[in-house]
Amino acid sequence: MSSSASQIPETTPDDGNPPPLPEWAQRVLSPVYSAGRSFKFWTVVLLSIGAWSLYAYWLQLTRGLEVTGLNRPVYWGFYISNYVFFIGISQAGILLSAILRIWGADWRRPIMRAAEGLTLVAMAFGVINIVFDLGRPERSHFMMIHGNIESPLFWDSIAISVFSLVSIAYIYLAMIPDLAYIRDRYPHVRWLYGLLALNWKGTERQKRILDRILYGMALLILPVAVTFDTVVSWVFSLTIQPMWHTAIFAPIFVIGAFFSGLAALLLVLALLRKVYHLEGIIRPRHFDYIGRLLLVLTLIWGYFQFTENLTSYYGNEPIHIAILNAKLTGAYAYAFWGSVVGCFIVPILVLSRKKTRNVNGSLIASVAILIGMWLERYTIVIPTLVNPRMAYDRGFYDPTWVEWSLFAGCTAFFIYAYMLYTKFVPIVSLWELEEGIRAGVNEIEDETGIERGLGFGLGEDLDGPSYDTLDETVYAGKRGK
Amino acid sequence: MPRWGMTIDLSKCTGCASCMVACKVENNLPIQKPEVILQSRDISWMEILPMKEGEGFEGGHAEEHSDHEEPSRMRYLPRPCMHCDDPPCVKVCPVYATTLDKDGIVSQIYDRCIGCRYCTNNCPYTAKLFVWNTPEWPDEMMAGINPDVSVRPKGVVEKCTFCHHRLQRASEQAKAEGRPIKDGEFLPACLEVCPTQAILFGDLDDPSTPVARAAASPRAFRELEDLGTKPKVFYLKEDY
Repeated sequence: MSSSASQIPETTPDDGNPPPLPEWAQRVLSPVYSAGRSFKFWTVVLLSIGAWSLYAYWLQLTRGLEVTGLNRPVYWGFYISNYVFFIGISQAGILLSAILRIWGADWRRPIMRAAEGLTLVAMAFGVINIVFDLGRPERSHFMMIHGNIESPLFWDSIAISVFSLVSIAYIYLAMIPDLAYIRDRYPHVRWLYGLLALNWKGTERQKRILDRILYGMALLILPVAVTFDTVVSWVFSLTIQPMWHTAIFAPIFVIGAFFSGLAALLLVLALLRKVYHLEGIIRPRHFDYIGRLLLVLTLIWGYFQFTENLTSYYGNEPIHIAILNAKLTGAYAYAFWGSVVGCFIVPILVLSRKKTRNVNGSLIASVAILIGMWLERYTIVIPTLVNPRMAYDRGFYDPTWVEWSLFAGCTAFFIYAYMLYTKFVPIVSLWELEEGIRAGVNEIEDETGIERGLGFGLGEDLDGPSYDTLDETVYAGKRGK
Repeated sequence: MPRWGMTIDLSKCTGCASCMVACKVENNLPIQKPEVILQSRDISWMEILPMKEGEGFEGGHAEEHSDHEEPSRMRYLPRPCMHCDDPPCVKVCPVYATTLDKDGIVSQIYDRCIGCRYCTNNCPYTAKLFVWNTPEWPDEMMAGINPDVSVRPKGVVEKCTFCHHRLQRASEQAKAEGRPIKDGEFLPACLEVCPTQAILFGDLDDPSTPVARAAASPRAFRELEDLGTKPKVFYLKEDY
């Protein structure tokens, strides 16, 4: 069947007559089969921006890095801060997914696929930004064949490789039953889904094995994801540059990554539920839970920033003070205070009150956090390079249109790649939801109340029933129509 | 094996910048357009860093003392690559494109460098440079290109090599004559043109050489010595 099929076929294949899917599942599946007008509109818009950025990159390839605003001593700029930014988003999705799976939090089921998609897509754009930054991108593979084990950048390439392999394997494994759904129930690009679904038949044994593997991989992902962003921070903190050479960078990067990635996830969830009409499945309580987590991370972020800057201020070493002044009152004050507003003040105001910790509030907070975290990355990279140790060299940095275009292009391709992801697999994991419904029903029958407040133990404070079984989700999905 | 090093006597340096010019000619550095220089992308392996006397660098920024009564005097600091014995740039290079040779020279391998600029960022002396654009020379100057020094393509990092190509020549000569290389056989271009002979160069490990004596002088200091990078470029303090 061609991909132009605009609707889920009414009939199912005749093998074994599987029961028809409930309405909520059809709703989840329908984006895989059809693309609306707005999808086409955004395709044109995003790909145009992307094409423009390809032109900008072609210019950079032919003329060299002179088309950027980089200079001596500001050897790193936009590309490196974008790299840190995208890598941060990438780390968060899969880390959340792994934590919630290990925790056995049942509310994870509708949002995991969306979170994992962020990891998959953002990872690629993080790596691309390193290639943008290279003076000789055609020699990128030297990093692998001539790697210097002493270099943090080489560690970084290993960490990225390990992280991407583990994440892709984990995300793919968690997809297999849904790919088989599409293969069996509503055939669609059969060769592709048939190939990718391997030999999934959905037997109890297969499910048990898959569950066990996913749990094991989730355990593996915890250290891998933390190491991943730690190594990114080491690229900076193992140098002897003032304000980079600090041990707090590792936790700042790890927490910052989780923070920005969860904000991106909230933004994506808010858009998904609106665009694909998933209000009954991705529900306010998801925003509430992740909002609370974001609030905690906001406080940790503020704590780290305060600690880092106070240490530099109190030490009063001229080389550090030069950079601190550039951040607090100097040329980069707009970026630093912008990040304080975006990452601290707005999220605290919005997320600390139950009234505003809803879908719209999350939208505001997550946009503020994303902008703030981008600015934070920028103030990590630039002010240090502008004020190096040798007192004679003072720098300046004005990003050119090429750097802005590549940033815009990355963002556009990022959004488009995510849109394609939602068209490739159901953005809500059908099999996990289904399993949850079954398990949820059983749990309620066997030991009512024991499983209350799954997840972060936050369920008790909520209005209304604290733990909704997932079959209620289904009804809510029906009602939401 | 000699350990090559340099001393620069600041009381002899007049800031004439002929070392800069000699270095540019010797090492095939292109002459950049004014706008490129304004973008802070000019490449000089040897540089004269000016500082006005009476202006301190408080917090890294020059503090103006405009009410200073006496006219201020300029001081100059010639900066080549410091050729550290514990070079921070070498260990961060992900592809072994910059190495500490056994004769003490920190070298750069242009065919290996991927242009990530990690070494430039980890050099506390800002002595490493990046080639931002394809180098170009006026036609008239092409005949003056030094055949011993490779022209670097755009997108790689380069730096002062202590005129390493001259060492190769001198050591080949010494090898052919079956003797160790003598002090004074290998001199960098900046030293040769210095009108006041402020620069000395030679084997730091041989205490009889003028450079080793100068490096042992009580006036000798090294830039950012407390970082422990052990530079092999020594400065001799200015006399007052």
